[in-house]
Amino acid sequence: MKKIIKYVVLDILRNRILVSYTVLLLAISVTLLSLEDSSAKALLSLLNIVLIVLPLVSVIFSTIYYYNSAEFVELLVCQPLKRNRILLSIYTGLACSLLIAFGLGVGLPLLIFDHSVTALLLVLVGAALTVIFSALAILGSVLMRDKARGIGVAILAWFYFSLLYDGLVLFLLFQLSDYPLEKPAIVLGSLNPIDLGRIILLLRMDSSAMMGYTGAVFKSFFGSGGGMLLGFGILLVWMVAPLWMAVRRFNHKDL
Amino acid sequence: MIEFTAIHKRFGRLQALDNVNLHFREGKSIALIGPNGSGKTTLIKCLLGMVMPDKGSILFRGSDILRDWAYRSDIGYMPQIGRYPDNMTIAQVLAMMKDIRGTLNGSFDEELIGAFGLDRMLDKRMRTLSGGTRQKVSASLAFLFHPSVLVLDEPTAGLDPVASGILKDKIAAETAKGKLVLITSHILSELDDLVGEVVYLQDGKVCFHKSLGQLQKDTGEQKLVRAIAAFMENSMVV
Repeated sequence: MKKIIKYVVLDILRNRILVSYTVLLLAISVTLLSLEDSSAKALLSLLNIVLIVLPLVSVIFSTIYYYNSAEFVELLVCQPLKRNRILLSIYTGLACSLLIAFGLGVGLPLLIFDHSVTALLLVLVGAALTVIFSALAILGSVLMRDKARGIGVAILAWFYFSLLYDGLVLFLLFQLSDYPLEKPAIVLGSLNPIDLGRIILLLRMDSSAMMGYTGAVFKSFFGSGGGMLLGFGILLVWMVAPLWMAVRRFNHKDL
Repeated sequence: MIEFTAIHKRFGRLQALDNVNLHFREGKSIALIGPNGSGKTTLIKCLLGMVMPDKGSILFRGSDILRDWAYRSDIGYMPQIGRYPDNMTIAQVLAMMKDIRGTLNGSFDEELIGAFGLDRMLDKRMRTLSGGTRQKVSASLAFLFHPSVLVLDEPTAGLDPVASGILKDKIAAETAKGKLVLITSHILSELDDLVGEVVYLQDGKVCFHKSLGQLQKDTGEQKLVRAIAAFMENSMVV
């Protein structure tokens, strides 16, 4: 299993797209962190980058990589290797490479310029989102045989989680604004990994005051140590569940 | 050694394999023949665990292969169309397979790599190779690990006469060592002097499984091509 991971990581690290992704992230973080006078503002801008760009790149890159390594998978499947090991190795290699890119691009500058707990939290959330969206990508590409359709599903998933979902939640909150919706809002917020990451971080940055009463409820729920743990627990479920489904499907797939 | 029991496989509307029952013994060289789309490759892919049969079981040395994977270390497989990671070189592919599979008795069978002249183009990328050279890589990989079962899917398709001759000699040598060799092909004349048994598949069903001698006796023809043709004519009359 380690050997396959090694080949996947070596293959991806030579990839120009991933290298330019790292450089882009690095440029953005260094610029933001050195230009903004208050580190809180820089972190907030960086948060938006992390919440939008990271999932997009993770999901698209992972999907395309999986389809491009179809030959590699085919070659491995008829070797004496367990099927779930093959898929998990490819996934691990992929997630590790993306994490390395994120670590170099965002983690390292944050460590140098700003070493607050909030910065650490931002790195954690970013890492979690990278892992989650490459797991979602693997699930989509195992389910879809066709490459075009697989990439379509990947883009839709990103679109849904980063834009559509918020719209739907807002619509629901407005429609039902006569009812107390603070608790359902917590549930709805945790059903989307991007929102969950945003909530966890905004609460740390004390921007929750802008969110009114719901913000206060969020604060009392996710602001506590237990709530934060629960938040990361849900993120963990988001990492494991898609992967588990993908492995189950892959074990019975005809290649 | 390998036993297929009531294998069914359906791809959408197409019944690719329909109640296939076969038993292959050790030390035989078996030709799996049939028209295009008769289920030869699907059957082989079932054996390798690449395609999951809908019903039925496959036994390899007496144990079911469904949840197993270790049995594949005893199989060398040469696919019909070898597909390899595009930006790896031949040397990297060979090294990677050696690294992943390891060796059973400390040595690799690299005879074909030399015979095909692959050792002179080790740093060529897989993307740049012609179909025939790819087939040579596939063949070399199939024999590399001294497997006791060889599964060759259309081995001579796309190879030039020289390479095809080298491969045939190698297959004959391995058969003589008592290995089970399973060959699919539709170019029947190429197989004549290699095989001892013939399995004929049509529309996913096994039409017959006979030794070459028996087939020659039944049809009264000496050449495998003619024997098969005679069989097909007879079956059409019936």
